Amino acid sequence: MARNWEEYIIEKILLLAAISSVIIILLIIGFVVAQGLPAIQFTGFINFIFGMNWNPEYNLYGVFPMIVGSLGIMALALLFAVPLSILGAMFLAEVAPRAMRRILRPTIQTLAGIPSVIYGFFGLIVLVPFMRVHFGGSGFSMLTASIILTVMVLPTILTISEDALKSIPLEYKEASLALGATHWQTIKNVIFPAAIPGVITAIILGMGRAIGETMAVIMVAGNVPVIPGSILEPVRALTSNIALEMGYAVGIHYNALFATGIVLLGLIIFLLVIANYINYKRRVTIGGGYL
Amino acid sequence: MGEDIYEYSADIGKRYFYGGLTLNRIISPKYAQKIMNVVFWGVGILAVAILVIVIGYILYHGLPQINLTFLFTSPINDGRSGGIFPMIISTFYITIVALVVAAPLGVMAAIFLAEYSGENNFVKSIRFATETLASVPSIVFGLFGLAFFVVFLQIGFSVLSGGLTLAMMAIPTILRTSEVAIETVPQSYKEGSMALGSSKWQTIYRVVIPAAIPGIMTGILLGMARAVEETAAILYTVGASFSVPVSLFDSATPLSLHLYNLAVEGISLPNAYGTAAVLVIIILIITVTTNYMVERYTKKMMGR
Repeated sequence: MARNWEEYIIEKILLLAAISSVIIILLIIGFVVAQGLPAIQFTGFINFIFGMNWNPEYNLYGVFPMIVGSLGIMALALLFAVPLSILGAMFLAEVAPRAMRRILRPTIQTLAGIPSVIYGFFGLIVLVPFMRVHFGGSGFSMLTASIILTVMVLPTILTISEDALKSIPLEYKEASLALGATHWQTIKNVIFPAAIPGVITAIILGMGRAIGETMAVIMVAGNVPVIPGSILEPVRALTSNIALEMGYAVGIHYNALFATGIVLLGLIIFLLVIANYINYKRRVTIGGGYL
Repeated sequence: MGEDIYEYSADIGKRYFYGGLTLNRIISPKYAQKIMNVVFWGVGILAVAILVIVIGYILYHGLPQINLTFLFTSPINDGRSGGIFPMIISTFYITIVALVVAAPLGVMAAIFLAEYSGENNFVKSIRFATETLASVPSIVFGLFGLAFFVVFLQIGFSVLSGGLTLAMMAIPTILRTSEVAIETVPQSYKEGSMALGSSKWQTIYRVVIPAAIPGIMTGILLGMARAVEETAAILYTVGASFSVPVSLFDSATPLSLHLYNLAVEGISLPNAYGTAAVLVIIILIITVTTNYMVERYTKKMMGR
């Protein structure tokens, strides 16, 4: 009898631990929204999202330039990172010999583990002067930020794409090779198409990482809250906006920074829902023969 | 010969003949294979090169700055000279606070998800929450830490506020890695234990967890790495102090934050290099240990 009670209590304690992540995420959303709402009410939702001016001195809070900044840096980073990571994933999953894999896997892991502030520091010291000399301008730009971000999202996209490529049934590959296709033809026409849903999930998670990155972007992007005219001009991301101004924000300005956080959270949750939907679709299509 | 046909297909007439077909009719499959091999190796080598350049650059400039004085004295004049002793202590202190909270929660949640629950909507919502938690931007964690721990719970800018904020970030990492580790414990282990008459918890406690320990430790190490490297989440929760934090309620400046201040405010480049190198070395130690454990673990599992 005592044993049963013990089992029951332990199960309930474990259950409590398991729902802690639900509680935490609800607390995060609750607190950030509660602190951010006054600012959105103050400026009006449309004016807040689509307002072109961010000037706390005059109580102007429009985050549109930062939304453009975040999405622009992300898009540019993905433009470089997606082809690189997909090729890298194909290399790791299909082509690379054992010895190379033993070097490359830890390399990718270490790249993923390097602190963002180190990437930012490296960008500030090495990449910004390089860009200043070779592309003109101040060197602090959307392009610089996206190059640093490319390296940071590469491990995310590569690892998940590799898993997707490796989960393709071996028969597909064997059938293609047996028909006389070269290895590259097999990868391009059989393995990759079958893995596309997983690769898309990988790209979406990479997007999330790119939008959420703060320190590396802040250190190289220049942080001017204006829509840039070219990729060589400085931009400010949503994340940087919060980190830069939280130190001295009071009153409605403080709330406006939390409201920026709401926009960020909204973007991230939107991306996650899409990723989950694609995952769900994949489960259906592979059984029914995706090819 | 088959190859010749493909080579001739490069001429205009053939291209017209194959009009609308894909590029692989113009470039022979054999050449395409060769080109792609070069591209693949290029990408692989590029990844290794990036790592070597970034880490090499930091260590090359940073290692000469590191000596006993640098490691064991306090910063002088906002970090223009002096060392980083309080920052090293702060980093470890905050990481330990984070792990003391996150490790039990993450591991217990993993046990529940792996052993006590089926695949129902309730579990799905827990999974979605964990996934969301894993992708919340770190600066939003920082905002939350500021609003909840610092202001609402009135803990103030302190080691405790920063540590708890980092704990929330580390939970998903620890949870997912531990869950995989627990799930891969062979069913026969559990059946053996159950057959001997032990209860479910006894089985988990005495059989499943010991077998999954290397995997769980890996999860905790990964959570630790996440806590050490994080900057944005602690920017507005730990405060800023150049003295060694003693109590949980003291404010502190961890290494990552110190590096950010030194670099962005242009306070001292040599000290920034030194701090960066110390940070990189700590992360490298954690990564290498994790890799070593994973390797040993998989070998043990395969060898069975």
